Amino acid sequence: MHELSLMEDTLALAMEQAAQAGATRVHRLLLRVGDQSGVVPEALQFAFDALGPTVLGEGVRLDIERVPVVCWCSQCHDSFQPNEIIYACPVCDRLSDEVRQGKEIELASMEVS
Amino acid sequence: MSEKPTPRILDVSAAVLSKNDDLAEHNRSLFADQGVVVLNLLSSPGSGKTELLRRTLTDLKGRVKAGVIVGDLETENDAVRIRESGAPAIQITTGTMCHLEADMVARAAESLDLHDLGLLIIENVGNLVCPAAYDLGEEFRVVLLSVTEGEDKPLKYPTLFKSAHVVLLTKTDIAEAVGFNRDAAVRNIHRVAPSAALFEVSARSGDGMAAWYAWLEALVARRRSP
Repeated sequence: MHELSLMEDTLALAMEQAAQAGATRVHRLLLRVGDQSGVVPEALQFAFDALGPTVLGEGVRLDIERVPVVCWCSQCHDSFQPNEIIYACPVCDRLSDEVRQGKEIELASMEVS
Repeated sequence: MSEKPTPRILDVSAAVLSKNDDLAEHNRSLFADQGVVVLNLLSSPGSGKTELLRRTLTDLKGRVKAGVIVGDLETENDAVRIRESGAPAIQITTGTMCHLEADMVARAAESLDLHDLGLLIIENVGNLVCPAAYDLGEEFRVVLLSVTEGEDKPLKYPTLFKSAHVVLLTKTDIAEAVGFNRDAAVRNIHRVAPSAALFEVSARSGDGMAAWYAWLEALVARRRSP
């Protein structure tokens, strides 16, 4: 359960960004969470519900956008979206270990005033 | 008169773990400058990380100068066991934290004479989930799977296994007793982590350890040569 510690980092980052932008209130955070990031979005949401209002103020919301995994096939020279945890190219069946997208845990944007 | 300002969107696009990632990069360049090869050793609790290290560092004494940083929630027990090999071992107790982070490793590394070491092994907290997201500044990730854990563990915890450069199948001396299906396990490891090197070892009997030692020694020799 590292989601609590990740949420602390997220909220600290949000505070820092809000201060830099001269904002006094944070209304909403948008997190992008990759399907291969090792993070459970529901656990992040739970951590946010516990910590968010205390740090950023009542009424603050969290939206989580899931980012699907995209792999690169070195044989077909093309990217593909695997539909299971075995990353086999749908064209040539070669296994890929080159993940081009889907590992991120990113604070994408915030709504502030 | 207190008019509410209109909400606006701030584009941030920053990694939540950017602080850890920056510290990890800092560690990596420090380790490279000091000429030490660094491994991050990961597995579930009880897969045999500590015993593997104790045996490895005992057998490599005089061949590879190694140090260890070991993380656990509580106790100094693992560091004490590893020190039996003669290698220096620094214990990090994380309290409630389920993984090591780059700054903990940086602080622990201050207690080691890095320049004198060829190899630094970081034994992470036993956990197949959380440590996957935290770069410590290592050069290689080594993930252990013991024969008692079941052949489908790589399929159940793919994120960590996919990040492995090396997978060590451990406790092979008791494989038969626990009805371990070796072929299924190897197939699962390969399908989840197609590029990872695989070593099948028993730290108790010594079976398979020579290949693992050869891999370690080659790494250290390569780093030490100009």
